[in-house]
Amino acid sequence: MSIEAKKIEQDDALLALIKKMVETPGPSGQEQLIRAAILEEIQGSADEIRTDAMGNLIARKGSKQPNGLRIMISAHMDEIGLMVTHVDENGFSRFIPIGGVSPLTCIGGRVIFMNGQRGVIGCERLEPNALPTLEKLFIDVGTTSREDCPVKVGDVCGFERPFLDLGKHLVAKSMDNRISVVVAIAALRTLQASPHEVYFVFSVQEEVGLRGSATAAYGVDPDVGLAVDVTRTGDTPRTTKMEVALDKGPAIKVRDSSFIADPRVVDWMIATAKAADIPYQMEVLEAGGTDGRSIQLARAGVPAGCLSIPCRYIHTPSEMVSRADFEDAIRLLVELLSREVKLG
Amino acid sequence: MSSQKQPSMQLTPEIGAQQVELLARLCNAMAVSGDEQEVRQIVLDEIQPYCDQVEVDGLGNVLAMHVGSQAQKVRVMIAAHMDEVGFMLTNDEGEGVFSFETVGGIDPRQLVGKAVIVGREHVPAVIGAKPIHLTTAEERKKALKVEELRIDLGPEGSSKAKVGDRATFATQLEALEPSIRAKALDNRLGVINLIELLRHAPENIDLLAAFTVQEEVGLRGARVAAYRFDPQIGMAIDATPAHDLPAYDVDVENTRYNTKLDHGPAIYLMDGATISDRRLAEWLMQTAEAEGIPYQIRQPNPGGTDAGAIHRARAGVPSISVSVPVRYAHSAASLIRQEDWANTLKLVYHALTRLTPEILS
Repeated sequence: MSIEAKKIEQDDALLALIKKMVETPGPSGQEQLIRAAILEEIQGSADEIRTDAMGNLIARKGSKQPNGLRIMISAHMDEIGLMVTHVDENGFSRFIPIGGVSPLTCIGGRVIFMNGQRGVIGCERLEPNALPTLEKLFIDVGTTSREDCPVKVGDVCGFERPFLDLGKHLVAKSMDNRISVVVAIAALRTLQASPHEVYFVFSVQEEVGLRGSATAAYGVDPDVGLAVDVTRTGDTPRTTKMEVALDKGPAIKVRDSSFIADPRVVDWMIATAKAADIPYQMEVLEAGGTDGRSIQLARAGVPAGCLSIPCRYIHTPSEMVSRADFEDAIRLLVELLSREVKLG
Repeated sequence: MSSQKQPSMQLTPEIGAQQVELLARLCNAMAVSGDEQEVRQIVLDEIQPYCDQVEVDGLGNVLAMHVGSQAQKVRVMIAAHMDEVGFMLTNDEGEGVFSFETVGGIDPRQLVGKAVIVGREHVPAVIGAKPIHLTTAEERKKALKVEELRIDLGPEGSSKAKVGDRATFATQLEALEPSIRAKALDNRLGVINLIELLRHAPENIDLLAAFTVQEEVGLRGARVAAYRFDPQIGMAIDATPAHDLPAYDVDVENTRYNTKLDHGPAIYLMDGATISDRRLAEWLMQTAEAEGIPYQIRQPNPGGTDAGAIHRARAGVPSISVSVPVRYAHSAASLIRQEDWANTLKLVYHALTRLTPEILS
């Protein structure tokens, strides 16, 4: 096989993996399907795999050499979703959000429950010019009474929207954070001859408050930690200003509203990207948080940072990332983990 | 502290006159977050004979352990918070009149005209505001803010109170078959149920009972208690609002009630602080069905219980909450059905007796 043909085959496999990851439902607290899907992909590539008490999937690769560290990589596998609070006498389900869900992106949307039941989101009559609130919305699963409704209080659904390959850019309802899950899987598979003991954590319940990574970090007890997550961009019409843009490389987080990345970690990331000639951009996110915070605050404290994948339209059914940024993120993560780390 | 343990009573715990009397003592006591001494003392007196080990930790939590006699035990932490919402005096304005702040979640619209008690001496006082004779129609349309209210002890009470003292509602418990009306049912119901569970502790588990402090100000006591106990399973037993009144708009179904009275213990699947472990939810529902105990799923809603702190302790603890439905929670007088209380205790007890390590596999 020619080098070109091999590259195309690898690319196709990677796209198939992204599709599988972004289309698997897994709202916070209901990560069983996505966990099983990830496990399938990493089995054989890790030295040890376990699921902890909270449901975090933790894969170890390598063991600590004299010049190595114990490094925790956290990519949350949960996504935003909805939970049913009441089924009314006509079979319409009221709900509350799991994570940050905007009513504006719900209307007309489609959902899939963990048992496969599908439904659509409708809205009550609104006053002219009024914006919808989540209380005005309901899920219609196509039944006409409470008794016939296959959905009950406490049932959980995710948004349903197929993966879209636009060539340069890729779109899905859960690029946050399945694109990072794929980055972590690819890095885990690629990583060879590292001096470090690397724990790849696919964490749960990030969208409801960074809960899974907090307990995972306690369990792993790392020397240094990195979250891998998406970050917003400022490159769309009349949006809130932000330096990050698609196609300019993965972003190195300096701070967000949940934590300040350890400057030694930031320097390590910059130096690695420069040395390997990987494009990167600096990120200062004014609102938002990642697993980096919970790793940093674990036990007696951990130097932590975050590798971000720039993403447009976060927490909508059409989150968009750049294929080049994604591929560079994998390269950067592998580079970061392959060499000796000396934090300032 | 440790003590000689009496054998636990193996019979199913039940609610009778003795329990109602103890609940009255617990509800009438004052334990505003941060100063839980009164309730702590009652708890210590009641549980001492039934535990292998009892201690009061650095924050004031009562941590009691009953070690089961069987092999293959699960370590289960059950938390019931001792504290209640209330007030703290902030400024002495003379003549026994004090400004105050609320401690925990209290709707200031519910405060005017309420009788309260102040400090460890339970000095009687009243929350006052301008009377109807002097207010204008316009003024009466506006809700009063806490800054516009005062706690008035009268000049004779002034020497008995000082800035920093706590205050709470003066309501005394009344048993009104089939209901009970009292203040602080949130969460003295959890406290008394945990006392009863210790008295009837199942031998197939290690029961790690945490009577916690400072839940109402952010699940603080449970956080350190869970760190200390390092349990395999966590459960908060608490009280949760029931707003099962008819909808104000008669044409519309009431879709936001949280829970309903007379529908049994409320099992949590999600609140603002915790997503319950589904294995534990199944375990509770299966127990209820097998034992013929009514139960309801609490509507997933904001709010939180000690489970929010427990499940995040150390490397993580699968956790859940079960609550007694309470109308008018966090007010001067809340209302429960005795049957819901009894069924909550029964559900948790039977669930514990059925518990095996396989639940976590």
